Amino acid sequence: MRKKQMIYLLFFLILLLAPFYLTEFRLALLGKFLCYAIIAVGICLIWGYTGILSLGHGVYFGIGAYCMAMYLKLEASKGALPDFMEWNGVQELPWFWKLFFNPFFSIMAAIFVPAMLAAVLGMLTFKNRIKGVYFSLLSQAVVVVVVTLLIAKQDFTGGTNGLTNFSTVFGFSLSSPMVQIVLYAITVFALFAIFMLSVWITKSRLGHVLIAIRDGENRLRFLGFDPAVFKVFIYSLSASFAGIAGALFVLQVGLISPSMMDIIPSIEMVLWVAIGGRHSLFGAIIGAILTNGAKSFFSETYPDVWLFCLGILFILIVVFFPKGIAGLFEAFPKRFTKFFEKGVKKGESDSVVS
Amino acid sequence: MNPILSCHDIIVDFDGFKALQGVNLDVHHGEIRFLIGPNGAGKTTLLDVICGKTKAADGKVMFQGVDLTKRREHEIVRHGIARKFQNPSVFTELTVFENMELSIKQNRNLFSVMKAKLTAEEKDEITVMLERTDLLDRAYDPAGLLSHGQKQWLEIGMQLLQKPEVLLLDEPIAGMTGAEREKTGLFIQEIAEKCAVLIVEHDMDFVRNFAEQVTVMHEGKILCEGSMEEVQQNELVAEVYLGREAKVC
Ligand SMILES: Nc1ncnc2c1ncn2[C@@H]1O[C@H](COP(=O)(O)OP(=O)(O)OP(=O)(O)O)[C@@H](O)[C@H]1O
Ligand SMILES: [Mg+2]
Repeated sequence: MRKKQMIYLLFFLILLLAPFYLTEFRLALLGKFLCYAIIAVGICLIWGYTGILSLGHGVYFGIGAYCMAMYLKLEASKGALPDFMEWNGVQELPWFWKLFFNPFFSIMAAIFVPAMLAAVLGMLTFKNRIKGVYFSLLSQAVVVVVVTLLIAKQDFTGGTNGLTNFSTVFGFSLSSPMVQIVLYAITVFALFAIFMLSVWITKSRLGHVLIAIRDGENRLRFLGFDPAVFKVFIYSLSASFAGIAGALFVLQVGLISPSMMDIIPSIEMVLWVAIGGRHSLFGAIIGAILTNGAKSFFSETYPDVWLFCLGILFILIVVFFPKGIAGLFEAFPKRFTKFFEKGVKKGESDSVVS
Repeated sequence: MNPILSCHDIIVDFDGFKALQGVNLDVHHGEIRFLIGPNGAGKTTLLDVICGKTKAADGKVMFQGVDLTKRREHEIVRHGIARKFQNPSVFTELTVFENMELSIKQNRNLFSVMKAKLTAEEKDEITVMLERTDLLDRAYDPAGLLSHGQKQWLEIGMQLLQKPEVLLLDEPIAGMTGAEREKTGLFIQEIAEKCAVLIVEHDMDFVRNFAEQVTVMHEGKILCEGSMEEVQQNELVAEVYLGREAKVC
């Protein structure tokens, strides 16, 4: 236990010191990956711990990103209409855009709009006991709806180009290296806080309830718990993590477009977690960073083969290392007994969708 | 004495197949009532209706004056009816201790669970139950590693921690060795001091040893009710079991 905490602390220390040993370009990449890691922690909570496979987390990430981007866009437009609206012949700023003049509102929206959308979807599905593959498909349908809407309403949303060309945040220039370092540091702290919160949840009685849902939610009903309530909660929480990640992403990358939150990115998010180890929050973080590190390495060198490689990697992991990278690092004897136990009872608990 | 649990004219319809055809059953406080009958008689279905897993097409389940017919499973549990299923259904990935921790009678809404800390009383309660179920030395093992009989006990223990008024057991001794059966029987007698127990069981020796009241079901109906001797003398029962369970007659 102690040893684990030391490793976590060391890891975050290394991240925090990155501005001292990474070039500006690499630091920007790492900042982006850390945003992805935040999403991965949320997916680990719902998928690894609770057994709900969401293939639609791109939506929550995207909504968080758009909320922040609207604020940045307004700030960049300095009172005039955002550029893409002018090109589309819009005369006046739509009412919902006006709300995003307020930075506080924008940040809150980036966190709570994804959470609320997830809560609504969760209530409709979990209360009606829709689960497993049906839920996964529904979560994808939401991606399609939101992405289609964003593209169709291009006069309000920027369409396929999304929102970009930002200049400042709270008056500080986004192109200044110092501002980017501060944003990077905020991202590290956000990841740290979200990771610690999630660790606390999984260690608490609430976490045991989540594992019990994964193990067999029908049994849990007969202990007097209503699984739907807990599922809605954890699903919204993980959506709000993705929203926070989206907001931090836009600040550092300076762009959000529908293609970044579409079905493929949504599935990739799940792959990071599978690769890192879906039963381990720390594994999910490592999975997100390593997979995306590999992605930018390969797509710099061989852009075409990347998705192909990722697919193969996923299959290999699912078949040979169902516990991902984290599983490799578990103590050997423990692994052995776990393996043995799995062999005996390969039941519902370890299916990818339960 | 008023029954603590009573079923009135329960009808269950599985797409045209009437698994229960107007079942009436009373359970009184502190009694051990056995539910027997050939395979497919509808015993499990009746327990499912009581605990809300299966919805009755018609009829009413009353519990201490409350109508439970339309309630959802977790609400029925909170009213004080605990259910143990035919297959051991413990949470295999949680430890034995954690399984029990979730089973303790507690506020099970989201915010209470979030704030919940294991109190000293809860810990004592769990320790006592671990002793009673002989699982003290397995407390920190994942429940998936327990033997079949141990899982059954763990599950009974989990149901008891909920401090139910009525405990529904579906074939609790299936798959147990002779010694384990005897022990389970004594355990059930001990349980019945605090709550009513309704047990489905096929093993006639076990029924004979531990039954106070027996209800016989056949093809979705109640055939007869009474003490073991009365039931054994009943001609209808003999007929139903003839050629399959000669032991009854
Ligand atoms: N979900 C269902 N759909 C359709 N038919 C069902 C369903 N559940 C049970 N049945 C049928 O209802 C009848 C009663 O089943 P039930 O499981 O209650 O019997 P039982 O008395 O518990 O039998 P056993 O002693 O074998 O456990 C059986 O004929 C069974 O096939
Ligand atoms: Mg049965």
